[in-house]
Amino acid sequence: MTAYIVRRMLYALPILLGVNALTFVLFFVVNSPDDMARMHLGNKRVTAEAVQAWKQEHGYEKPLLINHSAQGADMLTDTILYEKSLRLFLFDFGQSDSGRDISHDISQRMWPSLAIAVPTLLVGLAVNITFALLLAFFRASYLDFWGVVLCVAMMSISSLFYIIGGQFLVGKLLNLVPISGYDTGLHAWKFMVLPVVVGIVGSIGSGTRWYRTLFLEEIHRDYVRSARAKGLSEHWVLFRHVLRNALIPILTGVVVVLPLLFIGSLLTESFFGIPGLGSYTIDAINRQDFAIVRAMVFLGAVLYIIGLLLTDISYTMVDPRVRLD
Amino acid sequence: MAFQPVILWTDALIYLLLGLAAAMVWYTRRHEHLAAPWQRVARSRTGQAAMVVLLFYVVVGVLDTLHFNPKSGVDDQGEPIYSTEVLSLFDHIAGSLRTQREKTYSAPFATHLFSKENIEQPDGSMLRDYPRLIYGGAHLQLGDDSKLQDIALKALSGALKGGAVWLMLLIVICRANRDRLARLLGGRLRNPWHVGAWTAFGLALLLGALWELSAFYHVLGTDKVGEGVFFQSLKSIRTGLVIGTLTTLVMLPAAILLGIMAGYFRGWVDDVIQYLYTTLNSIPGVLLIAAAVLMMQIYMSNHEDDFNSVTERADLRLLFLCLILGVTSWTSLCRLLRGEALKLKELEYVQAARAFGVGNFRILLRHVLPNVMHIVLITIVLDFSGLVLAEAVLSYINIGVDPATNSWGNMINGARLELAREPVVWWSLLAAFVFMFTLVLAANLFSDVVRDAFDPRLRQQR
Repeated sequence: MTAYIVRRMLYALPILLGVNALTFVLFFVVNSPDDMARMHLGNKRVTAEAVQAWKQEHGYEKPLLINHSAQGADMLTDTILYEKSLRLFLFDFGQSDSGRDISHDISQRMWPSLAIAVPTLLVGLAVNITFALLLAFFRASYLDFWGVVLCVAMMSISSLFYIIGGQFLVGKLLNLVPISGYDTGLHAWKFMVLPVVVGIVGSIGSGTRWYRTLFLEEIHRDYVRSARAKGLSEHWVLFRHVLRNALIPILTGVVVVLPLLFIGSLLTESFFGIPGLGSYTIDAINRQDFAIVRAMVFLGAVLYIIGLLLTDISYTMVDPRVRLD
Repeated sequence: MAFQPVILWTDALIYLLLGLAAAMVWYTRRHEHLAAPWQRVARSRTGQAAMVVLLFYVVVGVLDTLHFNPKSGVDDQGEPIYSTEVLSLFDHIAGSLRTQREKTYSAPFATHLFSKENIEQPDGSMLRDYPRLIYGGAHLQLGDDSKLQDIALKALSGALKGGAVWLMLLIVICRANRDRLARLLGGRLRNPWHVGAWTAFGLALLLGALWELSAFYHVLGTDKVGEGVFFQSLKSIRTGLVIGTLTTLVMLPAAILLGIMAGYFRGWVDDVIQYLYTTLNSIPGVLLIAAAVLMMQIYMSNHEDDFNSVTERADLRLLFLCLILGVTSWTSLCRLLRGEALKLKELEYVQAARAFGVGNFRILLRHVLPNVMHIVLITIVLDFSGLVLAEAVLSYINIGVDPATNSWGNMINGARLELAREPVVWWSLLAAFVFMFTLVLAANLFSDVVRDAFDPRLRQQR
């Protein structure tokens, strides 16, 4: 097991290098630091000195790949590639273009993100599984048919409308909870209710339909037929046999997104004004703060790879047929 | 000539796509085993209804793709001068719908503006009131209570006209044979064509009524700069379709080639291709799109002189968005194709071909590629609705289409803040919702039918 994990982490290294190279090309080669400086300074009639000063201030004045003016190892380390890109491997995200410490911001902002994302995921999972079991229990009936129709209809609504509709209905018409904002500590709950509920409602369509397919796939298996032949009741079959076996693909599908919960949802957070990492990224995109976007791209890739690793490990834990070797 | 044709980049790709689709239809009709799944699609009632709705969207989108510069005058030598304005055939057909602009917001079917203004009275004094609209309900007399009656009458006459057009089309399709027409509408054909026909009837009534009314009213109100929301929604159809289809089109060559090569050749080719798509896949899609679009924005603002017009710039940005969405979405198809090619490679007919000394390239082209096409087709259809929805979200976070492009995302974005107004400006949101929902729902239903018809695994279960 340990050997497997170590090997998997070594596999992850070239992939992260690839991600790093890609972001480097995107952020420093497609547009040179000069272009970025001009963009920030307002394009028209920018003097060369102003550009130079901006680069100096934000640490973009060094050469991209090889510093010919430096000596020895500094030729490679005193460059943008090393300072801005390879440092990410040490989780040293540096400073944002507006001069804030990105690592500190991330450690602050991941908590609100988690506070929204974790309940959304868990409660959403419970709701979706319940509905899917219900449809699977009444399969090939009118309830099942109209349930699936409803799911397809709900899938066809853009998440933007769920958010706007939820805010309008609950926040404005009924005046139950505030539309947006956040608070520290336990007072945050009333700001959390609406985003969580909206997130769950928005996921019901696709989630229920997907889980229903998984359940129906299991229901047609031979072991289920044997269980029924033994004379077990239908709900006993459904809960003891079908649910437990269908949970394998469901769980592994959930595990892969677990690490990404830190990043939160871009849309939800920016609509509801939650100071998490999602809105952090959106703000950075709108302010064109490349250091933050770069850091988030790298962080996202790392978390995704961790998620894949966790998925493989969780497979061995829930499914004894799978061995890691 | 009264106009000068203009072909934008996305136009060219749409023509290419239409050409490919036509070639596919032609080829499929001559091969019975390829036509069989489509027969199953035609046999589905849901498929029929969804197809008609999609067809309507496609027709509007294609009409909106035929771009031209209108003639604006004649120079000294009698040579025509063309305006730099880029119009589409759809703009031309829409006519007054495009040009009838009000000052600012007005509600659907309103006769007065949404906000109060100072109006100069005939005697020179000022009055603060809701001004009369320039076009909306302009034919009505002031103080006339007949507005509702007028709307109902116009809607009725429009619906009748729509129904007449529908009947004429059907008569043409049935080659003026009364018996054939009766069997079609009565559902006495082998395929449920009557479902499609009656869906088209409903659509024709609705569109006829809306079209007739929109000559006299703003049926879905006007937006902040006074443009008709109905017209905007119709114009947005092209953007949605372009994102939904061109994204898949531009990623297909890479996904197919790399996917079947990885599965067929194994070894280092497989390793390199797997590395490539795992790396791309490990970056969360939104972040990669955000990074790429940011970079493109900088490039465009630093190279403003490279673009001749706003339309051209917006068009290139749309194309680039398709490209970058394609880069993030080709990986899943590539992985599916790799798995399928792995399986196919071991099958007898491929082994036999190899034993006969057929070259690798030929085997890929003749034996592997045709047998993975059903996966490609299912993916194209399944991806479509997700991409249309993604456009709205991306435009909302300002990394989508150009603000000058008509799109549902931009409509939502513009209307979002107006919800705080009192009374609420709801019509832009409603219009975007209805148009998007209809398209995505039809696409979802259609893709289910196509998947059921094409997936051999699902077929065996029945």
